Amino acid sequence: MQQGINAAARKIPTWALYILCLLWVPWLVYLAQTGGLGREPIKGLEHALGEFALKLLIVGLAITPLRRHLGINLIKFRRAFGLLAFIYVTLHLAVWVVLDMSLLWGQMWADVWKRPYITIGMAGFVCLVPLALTSNNWSVRKMGSNWRKLHKLTYVAVVLGAIHFIWLVKGIQLEPLIYMAVILLLLALRIKPRKAG
Amino acid sequence: GVGLAGLGMPAAASETLEPNSYDDITQYNNYYEFGTGKGDPARNAHTLTTAPWSVKIDGLVDKPGDYAFEDILKAMTIEDRIYRFRCVEAWSMVIPWNGFELADLLAMAGVQSDAKYVAFETALRPDEMPGVRFPVLDWPYVEGLRLDEAMHPLTIMATGIYGKDIPNQNGAPLRLVVPWKYGFKSIKSVVRITLTDKQPATSWNKANAREYGFYSNVNPQVDHPRWSQASERPIGGGLFAKRKPTLMLNGYEEDVAALYAGMDMKKNF
Repeated sequence: MQQGINAAARKIPTWALYILCLLWVPWLVYLAQTGGLGREPIKGLEHALGEFALKLLIVGLAITPLRRHLGINLIKFRRAFGLLAFIYVTLHLAVWVVLDMSLLWGQMWADVWKRPYITIGMAGFVCLVPLALTSNNWSVRKMGSNWRKLHKLTYVAVVLGAIHFIWLVKGIQLEPLIYMAVILLLLALRIKPRKAG
Repeated sequence: GVGLAGLGMPAAASETLEPNSYDDITQYNNYYEFGTGKGDPARNAHTLTTAPWSVKIDGLVDKPGDYAFEDILKAMTIEDRIYRFRCVEAWSMVIPWNGFELADLLAMAGVQSDAKYVAFETALRPDEMPGVRFPVLDWPYVEGLRLDEAMHPLTIMATGIYGKDIPNQNGAPLRLVVPWKYGFKSIKSVVRITLTDKQPATSWNKANAREYGFYSNVNPQVDHPRWSQASERPIGGGLFAKRKPTLMLNGYEEDVAALYAGMDMKKNF
């Protein structure tokens, strides 16, 4: 089966993935406008964008374990998933700033410092910025082994994203905990058993 | 007759409020017994059996017992009350309730002189409530008021919205409405009312005492630890709805501030 998947992956150009994932944005806006995201479309849109960003980060995180444990090679899409996740996180943040908080900068500034779930979400976003800026071939060549080190920040960002989700809901809810469990599993699969000697 | 709200109503409550649409009110709900999503109650609450229904009134009352819903309705006067509704999550609506004053129901059971608080309990029906499989809260949902809050003329038991029987997702067949407190105080589908001399436990306070106090009065100056309560977003304004400032005691300050005279509202949040 992995042969089939690998062959198909070779045929699909990465730009197709960008287009497919970005078409989701106008679709979500359409849903928000027409009641498809519930009676409170601002929160609906904000949450849909944030949740999709978290999903994209998780897919990006799954690529290495998929190759290592199942022989499925989707490595050529990894940068696209990462950049798309960054775009969605940015849109999620933009909806919060413009639509949710109506540009009330004072209240937002206070919230970023005083509300741990917002602080953590913002920290996750800040982690992603250098990663997005260095997601190009020139940076990979220029930075050498430092590039790999820097991009380990993804692990921090995705965990912060999941904590942000767990923390913002009222009470203990199941869905954010499932996200966190999947993320921790994918991170655990990266731990290589140390060889003796 | 939604327009009769002015009849015998306290000043702040009778100012012109534009009610939300029936769809807003009945499709955007928090009723965790039917799921934690805002659309879950509208999707899932049809399974709740609301007839027959009775309310057990017990504790410090002269006539404790199970009161059939029909008998309660026969004895009560149903009025229209258009109230602001402010959720602790910082969104708000205006809802045209139909209901009767809680004070009248309590009078029917005869409140004894040593009663100081009123405790309320929501139905717990695991077969009809898919949400109670998850321990989001310690079921059944319980709430409480000080007796003077419960006896206040603004405090009602709602049995309808827009002149129709109250839908299950809004707390059929009868639910508390305390318009100057955050929405979670207005407990739904009430099966038990207990008069007591001790402050009763309340569900959200049990779940997280730092975030949810016993009083939970709407107060723009007392923030929730995780978000500001200074402003709120009215539901129904679409993608470009603007936030508006939250009013002290949800706009009912004139009517109810006297209940809290001399009390530190920050400490007793």
